[in-house]
Amino acid sequence: MSESLIFEKSVPGRKGYSLPDLDVPEVPIAELIPADYLRKDPPLLPELSEVDVVRHFTNLSRDNYGIDQGFYPLGSCTMKYNPKVNEDVARYAGFAALHPLQPFEQTQGALQMLFQLEVALREITGMDRVTLQPAAGAQGELVGMLMIRAYHQSKGNLRRKVIVPDSAHGTNPATAALAGYQVQVVHSNADGLVDLEDLKHLVDTETAALMLTNPNTLGLFERDILKIAELVHSVGALLYLDGANLNALLGLCRPGDMGFDVVHSNLHKTFTTPHGGGGPGAGALGVKSRLAPFLPVPVVEKTEKGYVLDNRRPRSIGKVHSFYGNFGNLVRAYTYIRRMGAVGFRKVSTNAILNANYIRTRLEKVYPVPYNRFCMHEFVASAKKFRDKEVHAWDIAKRLIDYGIYPPTVNFPMVVEEALMIEPTETEPKENLDHFCEAMLRIAKEIEEDPELVKTAPHTRSVTRLDEVRAVKQLDLRWKPA
Amino acid sequence: MEYIPNTKEEQHQMLKAIGVETIEDLLSDIPSEIRLTRGLQLPPPLSEPELKTEMLRLSERNADLLHHVPFLGGGAYDHYVPSVVGHLAFRSEFYTAYTPYQAEMSQGLLQTIYEFQTMIAELTGMDVANASLYDGGSALAEAAMMAVKITKRKTILVSSTIHPSYRAVLKTYLSGANVTIIELPSENGATDLVTVGKRLGEDIACILVQTPNFLGCLEPVEGLAQEVHRHGALLGVSADPISLGLLKSPGEAGADIVIGEGQGMGCGLNFGGPNLGFFATKKEYVRQMPGRVVGATVDTKGRRGYCLTLQTREQHIKRERATSNICTNEALAALSATIYLSIMGRQGLREVGRLCLQKAHYLKHRLCEIKGFEMAFARPFFREFVAKTPVPPSRINKKLYKGKIIGGLDLGELDRKLKNHWLVCVTEKRTKEEMDHLVAAVKEITT
Repeated sequence: MSESLIFEKSVPGRKGYSLPDLDVPEVPIAELIPADYLRKDPPLLPELSEVDVVRHFTNLSRDNYGIDQGFYPLGSCTMKYNPKVNEDVARYAGFAALHPLQPFEQTQGALQMLFQLEVALREITGMDRVTLQPAAGAQGELVGMLMIRAYHQSKGNLRRKVIVPDSAHGTNPATAALAGYQVQVVHSNADGLVDLEDLKHLVDTETAALMLTNPNTLGLFERDILKIAELVHSVGALLYLDGANLNALLGLCRPGDMGFDVVHSNLHKTFTTPHGGGGPGAGALGVKSRLAPFLPVPVVEKTEKGYVLDNRRPRSIGKVHSFYGNFGNLVRAYTYIRRMGAVGFRKVSTNAILNANYIRTRLEKVYPVPYNRFCMHEFVASAKKFRDKEVHAWDIAKRLIDYGIYPPTVNFPMVVEEALMIEPTETEPKENLDHFCEAMLRIAKEIEEDPELVKTAPHTRSVTRLDEVRAVKQLDLRWKPA
Repeated sequence: MEYIPNTKEEQHQMLKAIGVETIEDLLSDIPSEIRLTRGLQLPPPLSEPELKTEMLRLSERNADLLHHVPFLGGGAYDHYVPSVVGHLAFRSEFYTAYTPYQAEMSQGLLQTIYEFQTMIAELTGMDVANASLYDGGSALAEAAMMAVKITKRKTILVSSTIHPSYRAVLKTYLSGANVTIIELPSENGATDLVTVGKRLGEDIACILVQTPNFLGCLEPVEGLAQEVHRHGALLGVSADPISLGLLKSPGEAGADIVIGEGQGMGCGLNFGGPNLGFFATKKEYVRQMPGRVVGATVDTKGRRGYCLTLQTREQHIKRERATSNICTNEALAALSATIYLSIMGRQGLREVGRLCLQKAHYLKHRLCEIKGFEMAFARPFFREFVAKTPVPPSRINKKLYKGKIIGGLDLGELDRKLKNHWLVCVTEKRTKEEMDHLVAAVKEITT
């Protein structure tokens, strides 16, 4: 049963809040603020008791699905378990009840945490400096591209274009455009990797950067990465890593050693900060030293007087966040890093890779994998063969919901038709991987025997399939009183 | 390793199923030249109890606001967070979920976003709101970029009374675009309307202001709106939703885009993040709006349901032609704000506003009784005001800190012209006793 809107539950005069009485002499509001600055009637917010509010949101949470409930093999999103200790630590008063503009003497612990997190991320990624300010991966990309722009500007030629693979995340071209660059697409070759010949044709002295994901969005390691780096650097361009897939590399190899000049890492993927139903994230960005002068301000530095935030950096691209980034998430990521250590991280990446290859092996006969080789932390299967039954990847995803599993990413990357992008992560037990594989195999059988069952899925949630076309055509983005 | 369930035996079974001997066999695509031959140089792993002790020790090197009394604002506000907010937002069905791409498995979260959009639209006086942006700074930048796209004009006027960090973020965001940013001077603590009249012309895409502004003063939004619209430009207003239970909505005053920082609505301080950017505008601009948005629709049985909509504006579909590059937003902060506004309700938000307003004016009155203290600007204010001080505010703050009071912001440290200007903030949490304490301490320091 679906929950009515909170506004529909409102009862005039009902009250849930608790505030102290005014303890200073009250001055008539008209003496403080001119009447034309004031709202005539209070806003139409709901009027409810505390228990009404608690039940409303509790019931809504029960009609939602998080990683704590079950498997979430959403490719490219690294939906791994979020350790509870992270949550406890992030709530320590010294971290949670801290104002960003308190003088440095009062915030040494916070600044030290930021400094040590930077040091750890430098080591993990092989970069020279890391800024923790970007609030998400896409903002990290923007910071990276603006730094690349500033770097080229300092060399006297801004350059015009940025190259992205056809398999790239949508944020890559969107960010390059936002940074003022023309986007060129390099194609994938028959192995699903960057086509070196195509890249050779595209790269020239107007190329500012190549934005690459490695492992790429097919879950494959770009074997020619050193050649790619050499080619890009030979024309003075820079190599940018979209670090969405960093989980596969931890402790095995480092972007900095592969020739990447700029790397963003989604701390809400690899470093276990919860995704929060769509955010907040944290998009730490690492750079090689030649780009360090352009880092956004402030930069955390360790001085004789203790830790400080350095704002006096004349070549900086400027500020990107109102304060210093999503600090609460940075506390969680640092807590995780201290829990894992070097040995732990190697177990993370190798088990993520093992789990992905296990599922790939179990499914490949029924769900063909177009670029089929040992994958890294994820792989992309295709549901194209079910088209003759008029069943699409999207339908399979919806049917998986009935098996209590959050569906994989579908129809991405665009280089695979009817793509099902599957990323199990290292935190999933084998029996869940098996349950997923069996569900996928059963769905394949269902498609043969009763395709309607799959095409009309899901059947077990509070709603059946939603009319997304109607949502666009008859836009309804807010409740209005009758 | 408790976060990784695979046992040695299970690993062995899985390797066998794959048809390889060791995990190493799966890594053959990584060129040997770049394989890490040493362990990462990281601090040794800590068990959970050791970890908690270590992190608690680190956190205790900070002067937390449970044990100190803050009069510090400047874009981050110590508003009360009701207990229900944390308990509900941090139900794991919400906080461990991904972006609700699979609508049928995410109805709960989608409905809360629809409710959030409704509340933000209601508070700002706009038709529609999105599902959130990062913070007040990037929201301002997104507003400017949308105005440029809508008007196809290339110059924007930005009031110098907007939070300096927001202006800095705006400048960074637009540094790759071919857009000219002109800062408008202030007069007596608010945007100078005379200059606005002079600068407006056919080339101006929008004017951006903030109210209450960085100096605490309320901006004459209505006067601005009339000027701006006469020239075919748009008015973008960065507003504080906590004030909007009491103050006229920017929409009613004539704004076309209302953005801002929603941190005060149940998000806590967290040393400045996660914050909550919000974005609201008029119906006619909805297709140029950045960020995710949730719409109501029906399922195959005609029942009400919710899904992400207007996705063709977004980067995963439109790629380099998207309205913004944003993907992950601040969903959990938006959920906290939705719960906050639900529990405060119609009367509660107004009451928070009333308490802030009355208490801030009480403190202003008391401070200005002290010799050498006076108000810097003669403008209406809400929760924050600038006092001129006889000695540098940082000196006052140092002394106050000894009594566990965290004083206001020393504006002279940001802008030399504002030497001996103190930005003091009073939220509903401050008591008369705390304020009297502050006044007594200040008196002692300065006389």
